[in-house]
Amino acid sequence: MTQLLEAIFGGLSIGSVLLLAALGLAIVFGLMGVINMAHGELMMLGAYTTFVVQNAFKGTPLADFYIFFALIAAFLVTALVGLLLERGVIRYLYGRPLETLLATWGVSLILQQFVRTVSWQFVFGVGLFCLLFFGAWWFLARRPDFERLRGWVLWVMGPLSAAIALVSSSLLGNTFKLTVTKPWFGTQGVDVTAPRWLRGGLPIGTGYQLPYTRLFIIALTIVCVLGIYWFLNKTPWGLRIRAVTQNRNMSSCLGIPTRTVDALTFAIGSGLAGVAGVAVGLLGSVSPNTGQAYIVDTFMVVVVGGVGKLVGSIVAAGAIGTVSYIIGSNALGPLVSFSPALTSFFEFFASASMAKVMVFALIIVFLQFRPAGLFPQKGRTVDA
Amino acid sequence: MTKQFGRREFIILSSTAAGSVFLKACSGSTPTATTASPEASPAAATSGDVIKVGILHSLSGTMAISEKSVVDAEQLAIEEINNAGGVLGKKIDPIVEDGASDWPTFNEKAKKLIDQDKVATIFGCWTSASRKAVLPTFESKNHMLWYPVQYEGQECSKNIFYTGAAPNQQIEPSVEWLLKNKGKEFFLVGSDYVFPRTANTIIKAQLEALGGKTVGEDYIPLGGTEVTPIISKIKTALPNGGVIYNTLNGDSNVAFFKQLQGAGMGPDKYPSMSVSIAEEEVKAIGVEYLKGHYAAWNYFQTVDTPKSKAFVEAFKKKYGEDRVVNDPMEAAYIMVYLWKQAVEKAGTADDLEKVRAAAIGQTFDAPEGMVTMQPNHHISKFVRIGEVRDDGLFEIIFSTKEAVKPLPWNQYVADTKGYGCDWTDPAKGGKYKMT
Repeated sequence: MTQLLEAIFGGLSIGSVLLLAALGLAIVFGLMGVINMAHGELMMLGAYTTFVVQNAFKGTPLADFYIFFALIAAFLVTALVGLLLERGVIRYLYGRPLETLLATWGVSLILQQFVRTVSWQFVFGVGLFCLLFFGAWWFLARRPDFERLRGWVLWVMGPLSAAIALVSSSLLGNTFKLTVTKPWFGTQGVDVTAPRWLRGGLPIGTGYQLPYTRLFIIALTIVCVLGIYWFLNKTPWGLRIRAVTQNRNMSSCLGIPTRTVDALTFAIGSGLAGVAGVAVGLLGSVSPNTGQAYIVDTFMVVVVGGVGKLVGSIVAAGAIGTVSYIIGSNALGPLVSFSPALTSFFEFFASASMAKVMVFALIIVFLQFRPAGLFPQKGRTVDA
Repeated sequence: MTKQFGRREFIILSSTAAGSVFLKACSGSTPTATTASPEASPAAATSGDVIKVGILHSLSGTMAISEKSVVDAEQLAIEEINNAGGVLGKKIDPIVEDGASDWPTFNEKAKKLIDQDKVATIFGCWTSASRKAVLPTFESKNHMLWYPVQYEGQECSKNIFYTGAAPNQQIEPSVEWLLKNKGKEFFLVGSDYVFPRTANTIIKAQLEALGGKTVGEDYIPLGGTEVTPIISKIKTALPNGGVIYNTLNGDSNVAFFKQLQGAGMGPDKYPSMSVSIAEEEVKAIGVEYLKGHYAAWNYFQTVDTPKSKAFVEAFKKKYGEDRVVNDPMEAAYIMVYLWKQAVEKAGTADDLEKVRAAAIGQTFDAPEGMVTMQPNHHISKFVRIGEVRDDGLFEIIFSTKEAVKPLPWNQYVADTKGYGCDWTDPAKGGKYKMT
């Protein structure tokens, strides 16, 4: 009995992490058709936000409840970054999935390097550059002969601002040395600890316990899914998002601001990545590579579930989680003990790294039979 | 009139921004790579008043986390030597190359350092995979690599000096200690690549020979974080507690220890011994999760010798108070000194045969204690076991009195049992049958 409970819980807990990580991606990929390779890095930013919030609350009476503030902060920070990403990069690339894939992959590399190198000196340098360059742009853009000055601004002000920013930030670095040049986070990962009430676990049966962090993540996943469901189905903006997904042109004709809808959807998807980042920070590492560990699995969930269907992602995450738990913990080996060949076959795959191979193989086989996933979209809207 | 950014402006803007960030990264306060002048004379390792040496580690990619601090330690040793008058009256000029955690890149950069920069020697590599990748280059060009990290052994090259631990200087003593103090039943957990797999082969052979038992073994892909099935398996294999021998590398450690604690498997019932967790890693994993667990190394920051204190102090002074030192950094630091002594004894940095011969027998009063370069190109080292304490440093609970002699060929594994390595005797070489 305990064993069965343990297996169900094991599968559920893997699945809930997968789902939480995939939820944001499913919205962005499913509703907007954007393949966001930077999704993992948005999760990483969420995890780093948790670290910052945790440190800010250290020593205050609320220290034990920092996690709730971290959830809000992570959602807001990553939603903002997602918004910037959408406004700055992705909106130029709608309808061109390959270019979006490449661009967001580049963004993911930039974000990784950003958390490695960001320091006061770095922030000062980039800030000064932006101030000078965009300041000049904004100032000159109001002149009537701006079109003529355009090239001049780009080719003279650009390098000039860069040079000024470079010189002054290295001056700053030389004056204050380590205090400004020391990276905030560095290449080394940082340490996010669960609040005290989340450590340990709920004892069941003899000697086994359900970790509180896992229970918390399962609850968080349920809250997020319900929240998204409510948002998409019960609010005016949810209606608009669904309308744009079904028929962008018609929605536009009816007065729905499609560009705002795009930005909003992307921001919400990114915010969910931030929430997932808080969760994975509780479970695993917070380092510049954190996102990479999850990105492949999240795509698997979205693809198996069927693009554009939230319920597909939910079922797929549960299925993948359960299958990887059952294979990885060798639950099948004893069941087929009548056949030594089968037993040794399952034992061979009963290791964390071989289980992954097996799960991917099963996914490939599955996609041969249902190329559009578990719950494919039907009807004429598919190609719209 | 106002106009929104078009795509063209965006591209130009972003390339300017990227360029400025790149330039800034190059001109930052971090020690920058000194690029070699292309018109350097042919025999240029020692030219004028400098001796050029190569530093080849990952400054980017997944291994940068660990290797960056090793570069810092090497730079510190070089700076100290230069301030004290240099080698043979010449200053050491390090040329830093980034292997980018990519093994072919390591090989390319090694070739570049040897052929174009004509360095006198190279200090570098961390993972066994990177070392195995550059090994053919060093052997074919008969050049010299100094390698600072504990490794799985089963290798003995004339062209490499190993200043990290061989298995009998880290893994084997820690297994013996566990058998004596912590229990007979072992579960082996590791990352899925060459070092953990070879190390676990050695541990299994050793446990069999010494009356212990391997109850299970599992591997996570490098960087993987989903450890739920492994924890269930440990629970099933060791229902009443037992030893976990941990050869996980990098981020997987964080997930493993956090979730181990979540499952209620603390160090009192499930003590774990790690061989890849040092002071730097404890900071990232979190002391709360590691407290009471063990690690085996040759050096800990808490080693209480004047040399060790001076090393820690010098490092903090150069890189900041909150930095810590660890075993591979110490090995990297001492190998620069051992090379310097060898060059001084040989009287030249360019004649590698002479330097190699002179290196053997060199002793150095290292932070870990007095070490000596052996004829098999490994050094004798002190073995220590530490327990993670509240401040994230290690309480040393076991230490050998003498430095342990290195055995690169493992004496428990059937294939290599009875073999040794001796580069001073042409008749013996890299693998000979010991009597």
